[in-house]
Amino acid sequence: MRQVVLAIAVNVFKESVRDKVLYNLVFFAVLLTAASYLIGQLTAGQDIKIIKDLGLAATSIFGLFIAVFIGIGLVSKEVEKRSIYSLLAKPIRRGDFIIGKYLGLVLTLLVNVTVMTIALYAVLGYIALMAGGWMLPGWERPAVDPVLLTAIALIFLQLMIITAIALFFSTFSTPVLSAALTCGLYVVGHFNADLKNFENVIDSRPAIYTARTLYYLLPNLAPLDVKDQVVHGVPVSWEYVLLNAGYAVLYITALMMAAVLIFSRRDFK
Amino acid sequence: MLAIRTDHLTKDFAVGIWRKRPYRALDDLSLDVSVGEVFGFLGPNGAGKTTTLKLLMQLIFPTAGRAEILARPVGDLAMKRRIGYLPESPSFYDYLTAEELLRYFAGLFGYKGQERDARVARLLDEVGIGKERRLQLRRFSKGMLQRVGIAQALINDPEVVFLDEPLSGLDPLGRRDARNLILRLRDQGATVFFSSHVLSDAETLCSRVAILAAGRLVACGRIADIHAFQVHGWELVVSSLSPSLLESLKQRLGKITPISDARYALELPLEAAPERLLDELIRNGAKLVSLTPMRQTLEDFFVERVARETHPRVVDL
Repeated sequence: MRQVVLAIAVNVFKESVRDKVLYNLVFFAVLLTAASYLIGQLTAGQDIKIIKDLGLAATSIFGLFIAVFIGIGLVSKEVEKRSIYSLLAKPIRRGDFIIGKYLGLVLTLLVNVTVMTIALYAVLGYIALMAGGWMLPGWERPAVDPVLLTAIALIFLQLMIITAIALFFSTFSTPVLSAALTCGLYVVGHFNADLKNFENVIDSRPAIYTARTLYYLLPNLAPLDVKDQVVHGVPVSWEYVLLNAGYAVLYITALMMAAVLIFSRRDFK
Repeated sequence: MLAIRTDHLTKDFAVGIWRKRPYRALDDLSLDVSVGEVFGFLGPNGAGKTTTLKLLMQLIFPTAGRAEILARPVGDLAMKRRIGYLPESPSFYDYLTAEELLRYFAGLFGYKGQERDARVARLLDEVGIGKERRLQLRRFSKGMLQRVGIAQALINDPEVVFLDEPLSGLDPLGRRDARNLILRLRDQGATVFFSSHVLSDAETLCSRVAILAAGRLVACGRIADIHAFQVHGWELVVSSLSPSLLESLKQRLGKITPISDARYALELPLEAAPERLLDELIRNGAKLVSLTPMRQTLEDFFVERVARETHPRVVDL
Protein backbone atom coordinates (compact mmCIF):
# COMPACT_ATOMS: atom_id res chain seq x y z
CA MET A 1 0.00 0.00 0.00
CA ARG A 2 1.22 3.47 -0.78
CA GLN A 3 2.62 5.21 2.28
CA VAL A 4 0.43 8.27 1.77
CA VAL A 5 -2.73 6.15 1.74
CA LEU A 6 -1.70 4.62 5.04
CA ALA A 7 -0.92 8.05 6.51
CA ILE A 8 -4.36 9.37 5.49
CA ALA A 9 -6.08 6.26 6.89
CA VAL A 10 -4.28 6.56 10.23
CA ASN A 11 -5.25 10.23 10.39
CA VAL A 12 -8.94 9.39 9.85
CA PHE A 13 -8.73 6.79 12.61
CA LYS A 14 -7.01 9.22 14.98
CA GLU A 15 -9.60 11.94 14.29
CA SER A 16 -12.48 9.49 14.80
CA VAL A 17 -11.09 8.29 18.11
CA ARG A 18 -10.47 11.85 19.33
CA ASP A 19 -13.91 12.89 18.08
CA LYS A 20 -15.30 10.45 20.65
CA VAL A 21 -16.66 8.05 18.04
CA LEU A 22 -15.59 5.11 20.19
CA TYR A 23 -17.82 6.35 23.01
CA ASN A 24 -20.54 4.25 21.38
CA LEU A 25 -18.72 1.24 22.84
CA VAL A 26 -19.63 2.39 26.33
CA PHE A 27 -23.31 2.49 25.32
CA PHE A 28 -22.93 -0.94 23.79
CA ALA A 29 -21.41 -2.38 26.97
CA VAL A 30 -24.09 -0.78 29.17
CA LEU A 31 -26.85 -2.00 26.84
CA LEU A 32 -25.58 -5.55 26.84
CA THR A 33 -25.01 -5.69 30.60
CA ALA A 34 -28.39 -4.18 31.42
CA ALA A 35 -30.15 -6.37 28.86
CA SER A 36 -28.52 -9.56 30.11
CA TYR A 37 -29.52 -8.77 33.66
CA LEU A 38 -33.15 -8.01 32.73
CA ILE A 39 -33.48 -10.96 30.37
CA GLY A 40 -32.00 -13.27 32.99
CA GLN A 41 -34.81 -12.19 35.30
CA LEU A 42 -37.61 -12.54 32.75
CA THR A 43 -36.83 -15.61 30.65
CA ALA A 44 -35.97 -19.20 31.36
CA GLY A 45 -33.50 -20.96 29.05
CA GLN A 46 -33.97 -18.48 26.21
CA ASP A 47 -31.72 -15.79 27.65
CA ILE A 48 -28.60 -16.95 25.76
CA LYS A 49 -30.38 -16.79 22.42
CA ILE A 50 -31.81 -13.34 23.12
CA ILE A 51 -28.46 -11.97 24.24
CA LYS A 52 -26.83 -13.32 21.08
CA ASP A 53 -29.60 -11.78 18.98
CA LEU A 54 -29.37 -8.47 20.78
CA GLY A 55 -25.56 -8.40 20.68
CA LEU A 56 -25.41 -9.06 16.94
CA ALA A 57 -28.19 -6.59 16.17
CA ALA A 58 -26.52 -3.91 18.29
CA THR A 59 -23.17 -4.55 16.58
CA SER A 60 -24.87 -4.08 13.24
CA ILE A 61 -26.81 -0.94 14.21
CA PHE A 62 -23.96 0.79 16.04
CA GLY A 63 -21.67 0.02 13.11
CA LEU A 64 -24.26 1.34 10.69
CA PHE A 65 -24.46 4.65 12.55
CA ILE A 66 -20.69 5.05 12.45
CA ALA A 67 -20.44 4.01 8.79
CA VAL A 68 -23.17 6.44 7.70
CA PHE A 69 -22.58 9.44 9.89
CA ILE A 70 -18.79 9.43 9.75
CA GLY A 71 -18.73 8.21 6.15
CA ILE A 72 -20.82 11.09 4.80
CA GLY A 73 -18.52 13.62 6.46
CA LEU A 74 -15.24 12.10 5.37
CA VAL A 75 -14.97 14.22 2.24
CA SER A 76 -17.55 16.96 2.79
CA LYS A 77 -16.10 17.98 6.16
CA GLU A 78 -12.66 18.39 4.63
CA VAL A 79 -14.06 20.47 1.79
CA GLU A 80 -16.26 22.56 4.06
CA LYS A 81 -13.41 23.27 6.48
CA ARG A 82 -10.98 23.73 3.58
CA SER A 83 -8.44 21.41 5.21
CA ILE A 84 -8.41 19.59 1.88
CA TYR A 85 -6.64 22.55 0.24
CA SER A 86 -3.40 22.03 2.14
CA LEU A 87 -3.65 18.27 1.82
CA LEU A 88 -4.16 18.10 -1.96
CA ALA A 89 -1.26 20.49 -2.52
CA LYS A 90 0.99 17.76 -1.10
CA PRO A 91 2.32 15.02 -3.39
CA ILE A 92 -0.77 12.84 -3.23
CA ARG A 93 -3.26 11.76 -5.85
CA ARG A 94 -6.92 12.47 -5.30
CA GLY A 95 -7.48 8.73 -5.53
CA ASP A 96 -5.05 8.21 -2.63
CA PHE A 97 -7.15 10.61 -0.59
CA ILE A 98 -10.37 8.68 -1.24
CA ILE A 99 -8.85 5.25 -0.62
CA GLY A 100 -7.07 6.49 2.52
CA LYS A 101 -10.28 8.00 3.89
CA TYR A 102 -12.13 4.76 3.21
CA LEU A 103 -9.53 2.56 4.84
CA GLY A 104 -9.34 4.88 7.85
CA LEU A 105 -13.04 4.52 8.52
CA VAL A 106 -12.90 0.77 7.92
CA LEU A 107 -10.12 0.62 10.51
CA THR A 108 -12.31 2.56 12.97
CA LEU A 109 -15.17 0.14 12.30
CA LEU A 110 -12.85 -2.84 12.72
CA VAL A 111 -11.78 -1.64 16.16
CA ASN A 112 -15.43 -1.00 17.06
CA VAL A 113 -16.66 -4.35 15.89
CA THR A 114 -13.74 -6.16 17.56
CA VAL A 115 -14.37 -4.53 20.92
CA MET A 116 -18.13 -5.16 20.64
CA THR A 117 -17.43 -8.81 19.80
CA ILE A 118 -15.21 -9.19 22.84
CA ALA A 119 -17.88 -7.54 25.01
CA LEU A 120 -20.57 -9.85 23.63
CA TYR A 121 -18.47 -12.95 24.30
CA ALA A 122 -17.66 -11.68 27.79
CA VAL A 123 -21.35 -11.25 28.63
CA LEU A 124 -22.18 -14.69 27.15
CA GLY A 125 -19.32 -16.26 29.11
CA TYR A 126 -20.51 -14.60 32.30
CA ILE A 127 -24.07 -15.90 31.79
CA ALA A 128 -22.78 -19.43 31.11
CA LEU A 129 -20.64 -19.24 34.23
CA MET A 130 -23.62 -18.19 36.33
CA ALA A 131 -25.83 -20.87 34.73
CA GLY A 132 -23.24 -23.52 35.58
CA GLY A 133 -22.03 -24.72 32.14
CA TRP A 134 -21.02 -23.74 28.60
CA MET A 135 -23.65 -25.98 26.96
CA LEU A 136 -26.78 -26.59 28.98
CA PRO A 137 -29.75 -28.77 27.97
CA GLY A 138 -32.28 -26.66 26.05
CA TRP A 139 -29.58 -24.53 24.41
CA GLU A 140 -29.25 -25.15 20.68
CA ARG A 141 -25.67 -23.93 20.63
CA PRO A 142 -23.02 -23.35 23.31
CA ALA A 143 -23.03 -19.97 25.06
CA VAL A 144 -19.62 -18.93 23.84
CA ASP A 145 -20.22 -20.07 20.28
CA PRO A 146 -17.41 -19.47 17.74
CA VAL A 147 -20.01 -19.58 14.94
CA LEU A 148 -21.10 -16.10 16.02
CA LEU A 149 -17.90 -14.89 14.42
CA THR A 150 -19.29 -15.86 10.99
CA ALA A 151 -22.25 -13.53 11.50
CA ILE A 152 -19.97 -10.80 12.80
CA ALA A 153 -17.63 -11.14 9.81
CA LEU A 154 -20.59 -10.76 7.44
CA ILE A 155 -21.89 -7.78 9.43
CA PHE A 156 -18.46 -6.23 9.00
CA LEU A 157 -18.59 -6.81 5.24
CA GLN A 158 -22.00 -5.15 5.21
CA LEU A 159 -20.58 -2.16 7.08
CA MET A 160 -17.71 -1.97 4.59
CA ILE A 161 -20.24 -1.72 1.75
CA ILE A 162 -22.27 0.93 3.60
CA THR A 163 -19.09 2.94 4.26
CA ALA A 164 -18.22 2.80 0.56
CA ILE A 165 -21.74 3.97 -0.35
CA ALA A 166 -21.59 6.86 2.14
CA LEU A 167 -18.15 7.87 0.88
CA PHE A 168 -19.28 7.62 -2.75
CA PHE A 169 -22.21 9.99 -2.15
CA SER A 170 -20.08 12.37 -0.09
CA THR A 171 -17.74 12.94 -3.07
CA PHE A 172 -20.41 14.95 -4.87
CA SER A 173 -23.36 15.53 -2.55
CA THR A 174 -24.24 17.36 0.65
CA PRO A 175 -23.98 15.51 3.99
CA VAL A 176 -27.76 15.49 4.53
CA LEU A 177 -28.51 14.13 1.07
CA SER A 178 -25.66 11.62 1.37
CA ALA A 179 -27.05 10.36 4.69
CA ALA A 180 -30.56 10.04 3.24
CA LEU A 181 -29.34 8.22 0.14
CA THR A 182 -27.07 5.88 2.12
CA CYS A 183 -29.78 4.98 4.61
CA GLY A 184 -32.18 4.49 1.70
CA LEU A 185 -29.78 2.10 -0.01
CA TYR A 186 -29.25 0.24 3.27
CA VAL A 187 -32.98 -0.41 3.51
CA VAL A 188 -33.36 -1.21 -0.20
CA GLY A 189 -30.33 -3.50 0.04
CA HIS A 190 -32.20 -5.79 2.39
CA PHE A 191 -35.07 -6.26 -0.06
CA ASN A 192 -33.02 -6.34 -3.23
CA ALA A 193 -33.65 -10.05 -3.87
CA ASP A 194 -37.30 -9.23 -4.64
CA LEU A 195 -36.18 -7.31 -7.73
CA LYS A 196 -34.57 -10.42 -9.17
CA ASN A 197 -37.87 -12.26 -9.16
CA PHE A 198 -39.90 -9.35 -10.47
CA GLU A 199 -40.82 -11.31 -13.61
CA ASN A 200 -42.93 -13.64 -11.48
CA VAL A 201 -45.13 -10.72 -10.50
CA ILE A 202 -45.32 -8.58 -13.63
CA ASP A 203 -45.41 -9.14 -17.42
CA SER A 204 -44.05 -5.82 -18.72
CA ARG A 205 -40.64 -6.42 -20.34
CA PRO A 206 -39.30 -2.86 -19.68
CA ALA A 207 -40.29 -3.15 -16.02
CA ILE A 208 -38.61 -6.54 -15.77
CA TYR A 209 -35.39 -5.22 -17.39
CA THR A 210 -35.44 -2.16 -15.15
CA ALA A 211 -35.89 -4.35 -12.07
CA ARG A 212 -33.10 -6.66 -13.23
CA THR A 213 -30.75 -3.70 -13.82
CA LEU A 214 -31.56 -2.28 -10.40
CA TYR A 215 -30.95 -5.70 -8.87
CA TYR A 216 -27.38 -5.66 -10.18
CA LEU A 217 -26.77 -1.97 -9.46
CA LEU A 218 -28.15 -1.75 -5.92
CA PRO A 219 -26.33 -3.42 -3.04
CA ASN A 220 -27.57 -6.85 -2.06
CA LEU A 221 -27.22 -6.81 1.70
CA ALA A 222 -29.70 -9.47 2.82
CA PRO A 223 -27.32 -12.41 2.20
CA LEU A 224 -24.83 -10.72 4.52
CA ASP A 225 -27.29 -10.96 7.38
CA VAL A 226 -27.06 -14.44 8.93
CA LYS A 227 -27.85 -13.47 12.50
CA ASP A 228 -30.92 -15.69 12.75
CA GLN A 229 -29.21 -18.78 11.31
CA VAL A 230 -26.24 -18.44 13.63
CA VAL A 231 -28.31 -17.88 16.75
CA HIS A 232 -30.56 -20.83 15.96
CA GLY A 233 -27.70 -23.15 15.09
CA VAL A 234 -28.34 -23.34 11.33
CA PRO A 235 -24.92 -23.93 9.72
CA VAL A 236 -23.41 -21.27 7.46
CA SER A 237 -20.84 -22.75 5.07
CA TRP A 238 -17.43 -21.28 4.30
CA GLU A 239 -18.32 -21.32 0.63
CA TYR A 240 -21.29 -19.07 1.38
CA VAL A 241 -19.12 -16.67 3.37
CA LEU A 242 -16.41 -16.57 0.69
CA LEU A 243 -18.93 -16.03 -2.10
CA ASN A 244 -20.45 -13.10 -0.25
CA ALA A 245 -17.04 -11.73 0.64
CA GLY A 246 -16.21 -11.82 -3.08
CA TYR A 247 -19.42 -9.95 -3.86
CA ALA A 248 -18.63 -7.33 -1.20
CA VAL A 249 -15.10 -6.81 -2.52
CA LEU A 250 -16.36 -6.39 -6.09
CA TYR A 251 -19.13 -3.99 -5.07
CA ILE A 252 -16.78 -1.91 -2.91
CA THR A 253 -14.16 -1.80 -5.69
CA ALA A 254 -16.75 -0.55 -8.18
CA LEU A 255 -17.96 2.12 -5.75
CA MET A 256 -14.44 3.26 -4.95
CA MET A 257 -13.55 3.51 -8.64
CA ALA A 258 -16.65 5.62 -9.26
CA ALA A 259 -15.90 7.78 -6.19
CA VAL A 260 -12.28 8.33 -7.33
CA LEU A 261 -13.44 9.18 -10.85
CA ILE A 262 -15.94 11.78 -9.65
CA PHE A 263 -13.61 13.21 -7.02
CA SER A 264 -10.69 13.49 -9.44
CA ARG A 265 -12.66 15.90 -11.63
CA ARG A 266 -14.20 17.95 -8.88
CA ASP A 267 -13.51 21.68 -8.45
CA PHE A 268 -13.06 22.92 -4.89
CA LYS A 269 -14.54 26.41 -5.14
CA MET B 1 14.57 29.64 -15.48
CA LEU B 2 10.89 30.13 -14.81
CA ALA B 3 9.41 29.06 -11.51
CA ILE B 4 5.81 29.71 -12.55
CA ARG B 5 4.24 30.19 -15.94
CA THR B 6 0.59 30.69 -16.79
CA ASP B 7 -0.51 30.77 -20.39
CA HIS B 8 -3.90 32.34 -21.16
CA LEU B 9 -5.26 30.79 -17.98
CA THR B 10 -9.03 31.19 -17.78
CA LYS B 11 -11.60 29.92 -15.34
CA ASP B 12 -15.39 30.07 -15.55
CA PHE B 13 -17.70 29.02 -12.76
CA ALA B 14 -21.33 28.13 -13.26
CA VAL B 15 -23.55 30.35 -11.15
CA GLY B 16 -27.29 30.39 -10.56
CA ILE B 17 -29.58 27.76 -9.14
CA TRP B 18 -31.90 26.82 -11.97
CA ARG B 19 -30.45 28.43 -15.08
CA LYS B 20 -26.72 28.04 -14.75
CA ARG B 21 -24.69 30.71 -16.49
CA PRO B 22 -20.92 31.04 -16.65
CA TYR B 23 -19.17 33.58 -14.49
CA ARG B 24 -15.59 34.36 -15.53
CA ALA B 25 -13.48 34.46 -12.38
CA LEU B 26 -10.16 34.58 -14.24
CA ASP B 27 -9.69 35.83 -17.76
CA ASP B 28 -6.72 35.05 -19.97
CA LEU B 29 -3.97 35.34 -17.38
CA SER B 30 -0.46 35.03 -18.82
CA LEU B 31 2.29 35.46 -16.30
CA ASP B 32 5.94 34.47 -15.86
CA VAL B 33 7.68 34.36 -12.50
CA SER B 34 11.42 33.68 -12.42
CA VAL B 35 13.20 31.48 -9.92
CA GLY B 36 14.24 33.43 -6.82
CA GLU B 37 11.65 36.18 -7.17
CA VAL B 38 9.33 37.38 -4.43
CA PHE B 39 6.26 38.00 -6.54
CA GLY B 40 3.23 39.87 -5.22
CA PHE B 41 -0.15 39.01 -6.61
CA LEU B 42 -2.40 41.91 -5.78
CA GLY B 43 -5.99 42.86 -6.21
CA PRO B 44 -9.14 43.65 -4.30
CA ASN B 45 -11.40 40.93 -2.96
CA GLY B 46 -12.95 38.97 -5.80
CA ALA B 47 -10.25 39.92 -8.29
CA GLY B 48 -9.30 36.30 -9.02
CA LYS B 49 -6.20 35.89 -6.83
CA THR B 50 -7.39 32.84 -4.92
CA THR B 51 -8.83 31.35 -8.12
CA THR B 52 -5.37 31.62 -9.70
CA LEU B 53 -3.72 29.97 -6.72
CA LYS B 54 -6.29 27.19 -6.72
CA LEU B 55 -5.63 26.62 -10.42
CA LEU B 56 -1.92 26.43 -9.72
CA MET B 57 -2.56 23.90 -6.94
CA GLN B 58 -5.00 22.04 -9.20
CA LEU B 59 -7.77 22.40 -6.64
CA ILE B 60 -9.84 23.58 -9.59
CA PHE B 61 -9.38 22.91 -13.29
CA PRO B 62 -8.99 25.63 -15.96
CA THR B 63 -11.68 26.35 -18.52
CA ALA B 64 -8.90 27.32 -20.93
CA GLY B 65 -5.16 27.85 -20.89
CA ARG B 66 -2.49 26.06 -18.95
CA ALA B 67 -0.05 26.53 -16.11
CA GLU B 68 3.37 25.17 -15.25
CA ILE B 69 5.40 25.20 -12.08
CA LEU B 70 9.13 24.51 -12.31
CA ALA B 71 8.58 23.60 -15.96
CA ARG B 72 6.18 20.78 -15.03
CA PRO B 73 2.42 20.79 -15.50
CA VAL B 74 0.40 21.56 -12.39
CA GLY B 75 -0.69 18.37 -10.71
CA ASP B 76 2.59 16.60 -11.44
CA LEU B 77 3.46 14.65 -8.26
CA ALA B 78 7.23 15.06 -8.61
CA MET B 79 6.75 18.83 -8.92
CA LYS B 80 4.47 18.88 -5.87
CA ARG B 81 7.31 17.53 -3.78
CA ARG B 82 9.16 20.80 -4.50
CA ILE B 83 6.45 23.33 -3.65
CA GLY B 84 4.60 24.57 -0.57
CA TYR B 85 1.16 26.15 -0.30
CA LEU B 86 -0.59 28.19 2.36
CA PRO B 87 -4.33 28.54 1.61
CA GLU B 88 -6.27 31.65 2.57
CA SER B 89 -7.50 31.47 6.22
CA PRO B 90 -6.21 27.92 6.64
CA SER B 91 -8.11 25.36 8.62
CA PHE B 92 -6.97 21.92 9.67
CA TYR B 93 -8.06 18.96 11.76
CA ASP B 94 -9.60 20.04 15.07
CA TYR B 95 -8.48 17.06 17.10
CA LEU B 96 -4.87 16.93 15.99
CA THR B 97 -2.16 18.89 17.76
CA ALA B 98 0.07 21.23 15.78
CA GLU B 99 2.88 18.72 16.12
CA GLU B 100 0.74 15.81 14.92
CA LEU B 101 -0.49 17.79 11.92
CA LEU B 102 3.03 18.63 10.82
CA ARG B 103 4.17 15.05 11.36
CA TYR B 104 1.24 13.88 9.25
CA PHE B 105 2.12 16.27 6.43
CA ALA B 106 5.84 15.48 6.73
CA GLY B 107 4.95 11.80 6.37
CA LEU B 108 3.25 12.58 3.04
CA PHE B 109 6.65 13.73 1.77
CA GLY B 110 8.25 10.54 3.01
CA TYR B 111 10.02 11.98 6.07
CA LYS B 112 10.27 9.49 8.91
CA GLY B 113 11.59 9.11 12.44
CA GLN B 114 14.06 11.55 13.88
CA GLU B 115 14.48 13.54 10.67
CA ARG B 116 10.73 14.18 10.56
CA ASP B 117 10.51 15.06 14.26
CA ALA B 118 13.48 17.42 14.10
CA ARG B 119 12.01 19.14 11.02
CA VAL B 120 8.63 19.57 12.73
CA ALA B 121 10.16 20.93 15.94
CA ARG B 122 12.35 23.40 14.01
CA LEU B 123 9.45 24.74 11.96
CA LEU B 124 7.12 25.11 14.92
CA ASP B 125 9.81 27.09 16.71
CA GLU B 126 10.43 29.19 13.61
CA VAL B 127 6.78 30.24 13.33
CA GLY B 128 6.58 30.89 17.07
CA ILE B 129 4.26 28.16 18.28
CA GLY B 130 6.86 25.81 19.75
CA LYS B 131 5.24 26.04 23.18
CA GLU B 132 1.77 25.21 21.87
CA ARG B 133 2.92 22.20 19.83
CA ARG B 134 0.91 19.74 21.93
CA LEU B 135 -2.31 21.78 21.93
CA GLN B 136 -5.19 20.55 19.77
CA LEU B 137 -5.80 22.82 16.80
CA ARG B 138 -9.42 23.49 17.75
CA ARG B 139 -8.05 25.58 20.61
CA PHE B 140 -5.92 27.73 18.28
CA SER B 141 -6.74 31.34 17.43
CA LYS B 142 -6.90 32.49 13.82
CA GLY B 143 -3.41 33.93 14.03
CA MET B 144 -1.99 30.73 15.49
CA LEU B 145 -3.64 28.69 12.73
CA GLN B 146 -2.06 31.03 10.22
CA ARG B 147 1.33 30.28 11.76
CA VAL B 148 0.64 26.53 11.59
CA GLY B 149 -0.38 27.06 7.98
CA ILE B 150 2.92 28.76 7.20
CA ALA B 151 4.82 25.95 8.94
CA GLN B 152 3.05 23.22 6.96
CA ALA B 153 3.74 25.08 3.71
CA LEU B 154 7.46 24.90 4.47
CA ILE B 155 7.61 21.32 5.75
CA ASN B 156 9.47 20.08 2.65
CA ASP B 157 11.90 23.02 2.24
CA PRO B 158 10.06 24.02 -0.94
CA GLU B 159 11.71 25.68 -3.93
CA VAL B 160 8.52 27.57 -4.72
CA VAL B 161 6.15 28.74 -1.99
CA PHE B 162 2.60 29.89 -2.70
CA LEU B 163 1.10 31.98 0.07
CA ASP B 164 -2.52 33.13 -0.14
CA GLU B 165 -2.90 36.21 2.07
CA PRO B 166 -0.06 35.10 4.37
CA LEU B 167 -0.24 38.11 6.66
CA SER B 168 -3.96 38.14 7.26
CA GLY B 169 -5.09 37.27 10.76
CA LEU B 170 -1.67 37.98 12.24
CA ASP B 171 -0.99 40.56 14.93
CA PRO B 172 1.75 43.18 14.31
CA LEU B 173 4.40 40.91 15.79
CA GLY B 174 3.19 38.00 13.68
CA ARG B 175 3.21 40.14 10.56
CA ARG B 176 6.77 41.17 11.21
CA ASP B 177 7.78 37.52 11.78
CA ALA B 178 6.02 36.42 8.59
CA ARG B 179 7.66 39.21 6.58
CA ASN B 180 11.06 38.21 7.93
CA LEU B 181 10.32 34.61 7.05
CA ILE B 182 9.49 35.53 3.45
CA LEU B 183 12.70 37.54 3.18
CA ARG B 184 14.64 34.62 4.65
CA LEU B 185 13.10 32.30 2.08
CA ARG B 186 14.14 34.71 -0.64
CA ASP B 187 17.69 34.82 0.74
CA GLN B 188 17.75 31.03 0.69
CA GLY B 189 16.92 31.12 -3.01
CA ALA B 190 13.25 30.11 -2.84
CA THR B 191 10.64 31.67 -5.11
CA VAL B 192 7.77 33.21 -3.16
CA PHE B 193 4.44 33.89 -4.86
CA PHE B 194 2.05 35.58 -2.52
CA SER B 195 -1.34 37.16 -2.86
CA SER B 196 -2.43 40.09 -0.81
CA HIS B 197 -4.71 43.06 -0.74
CA VAL B 198 -2.50 44.72 1.86
CA LEU B 199 -0.35 46.73 -0.47
CA SER B 200 2.25 47.88 2.02
CA ASP B 201 3.26 44.23 2.42
CA ALA B 202 3.95 43.99 -1.28
CA GLU B 203 5.86 47.27 -1.22
CA THR B 204 8.11 45.90 1.52
CA LEU B 205 8.67 42.44 0.12
CA CYS B 206 8.21 42.10 -3.60
CA SER B 207 10.61 42.36 -6.47
CA ARG B 208 7.68 42.39 -8.92
CA VAL B 209 3.94 42.56 -8.63
CA ALA B 210 0.93 41.76 -10.77
CA ILE B 211 -2.36 43.52 -10.21
CA LEU B 212 -5.64 41.82 -10.97
CA ALA B 213 -9.05 43.42 -11.26
CA ALA B 214 -12.28 41.66 -12.18
CA GLY B 215 -10.33 38.55 -13.15
CA ARG B 216 -7.99 40.38 -15.55
CA LEU B 217 -4.37 41.37 -15.27
CA VAL B 218 -4.26 45.16 -15.26
CA ALA B 219 -0.60 45.71 -14.45
CA CYS B 220 2.56 43.72 -14.05
CA GLY B 221 6.07 44.90 -13.35
CA ARG B 222 8.73 46.00 -10.90
CA ILE B 223 7.52 48.16 -8.04
CA ALA B 224 10.34 50.63 -8.73
CA ASP B 225 8.93 51.13 -12.20
CA ILE B 226 5.48 51.80 -10.87
CA HIS B 227 6.83 54.41 -8.45
CA ALA B 228 8.98 56.09 -11.09
CA PHE B 229 6.04 56.26 -13.42
CA GLN B 230 3.87 57.82 -10.82
CA VAL B 231 6.10 60.60 -9.35
CA HIS B 232 3.98 63.70 -9.84
CA GLY B 233 5.38 66.50 -7.72
CA TRP B 234 7.23 67.67 -4.63
CA GLU B 235 6.22 68.22 -1.06
CA LEU B 236 8.07 70.73 1.09
CA VAL B 237 7.43 70.85 4.80
CA VAL B 238 8.59 74.15 6.32
CA SER B 239 8.25 76.01 9.61
CA SER B 240 8.75 79.57 10.89
CA LEU B 241 6.89 81.17 7.99
CA SER B 242 6.18 84.88 8.48
CA PRO B 243 2.52 85.90 7.91
CA SER B 244 3.46 88.00 4.86
CA LEU B 245 5.43 85.14 3.29
CA LEU B 246 2.59 82.72 4.01
CA GLU B 247 0.14 85.08 2.31
CA SER B 248 2.44 85.44 -0.70
CA LEU B 249 2.84 81.64 -0.99
CA LYS B 250 -0.90 81.13 -0.77
CA GLN B 251 -1.34 83.37 -3.79
CA ARG B 252 1.38 81.66 -5.83
CA LEU B 253 1.07 77.97 -4.90
CA GLY B 254 -1.88 75.75 -5.38
CA LYS B 255 -1.94 73.88 -2.13
CA ILE B 256 -0.67 74.78 1.32
CA THR B 257 -1.73 72.57 4.21
CA PRO B 258 -1.14 73.56 7.83
CA ILE B 259 0.26 70.57 9.76
CA SER B 260 1.03 71.57 13.35
CA ASP B 261 3.21 73.90 15.42
CA ALA B 262 3.38 76.44 12.61
CA ARG B 263 4.46 73.83 10.11
CA TYR B 264 3.07 73.87 6.58
CA ALA B 265 3.18 71.38 3.74
CA LEU B 266 3.66 73.01 0.32
CA GLU B 267 2.89 71.01 -2.79
CA LEU B 268 4.69 71.78 -6.04
CA PRO B 269 4.02 70.34 -9.47
CA LEU B 270 6.61 68.01 -11.00
CA GLU B 271 7.89 70.63 -13.46
CA ALA B 272 8.46 73.28 -10.74
CA ALA B 273 12.03 73.64 -9.51
CA PRO B 274 11.93 73.23 -5.73
CA GLU B 275 15.48 74.65 -5.30
CA ARG B 276 14.40 78.23 -6.22
CA LEU B 277 11.47 78.23 -3.81
CA LEU B 278 13.66 76.72 -1.13
CA ASP B 279 16.21 79.57 -1.54
CA GLU B 280 13.47 82.14 -1.22
CA LEU B 281 12.02 80.53 1.88
CA ILE B 282 15.36 80.32 3.67
CA ARG B 283 16.21 83.91 2.77
CA ASN B 284 12.95 84.96 4.40
CA GLY B 285 13.69 83.14 7.67
CA ALA B 286 11.73 79.93 7.09
CA LYS B 287 13.18 76.57 8.10
CA LEU B 288 13.12 73.44 5.97
CA VAL B 289 11.76 70.34 7.71
CA SER B 290 11.65 67.98 4.72
CA LEU B 291 11.60 67.83 0.91
CA THR B 292 9.97 64.72 -0.56
CA PRO B 293 9.21 63.69 -4.13
CA MET B 294 5.51 62.91 -4.26
CA ARG B 295 5.11 59.42 -5.63
CA GLN B 296 1.86 57.68 -6.08
CA THR B 297 1.91 54.85 -3.57
CA LEU B 298 1.07 51.38 -4.65
CA GLU B 299 -2.16 51.84 -2.75
CA ASP B 300 -3.09 54.94 -4.77
CA PHE B 301 -2.12 53.14 -7.97
CA PHE B 302 -4.23 50.22 -6.96
CA VAL B 303 -7.31 52.27 -6.15
CA GLU B 304 -7.02 54.45 -9.22
CA ARG B 305 -6.49 51.65 -11.71
CA VAL B 306 -9.07 49.35 -10.27
CA ALA B 307 -11.64 52.12 -10.09
CA ARG B 308 -10.85 53.38 -13.58
CA GLU B 309 -10.79 50.04 -15.34
CA THR B 310 -14.40 49.43 -16.19
CA HIS B 311 -12.99 47.22 -18.92
CA PRO B 312 -9.76 46.01 -17.35
CA ARG B 313 -6.91 45.34 -19.73
CA VAL B 314 -3.18 44.78 -19.51
CA VAL B 315 -1.28 47.97 -18.93
CA ASP B 316 2.32 48.39 -19.99
CA LEU B 317 4.38 50.07 -17.32
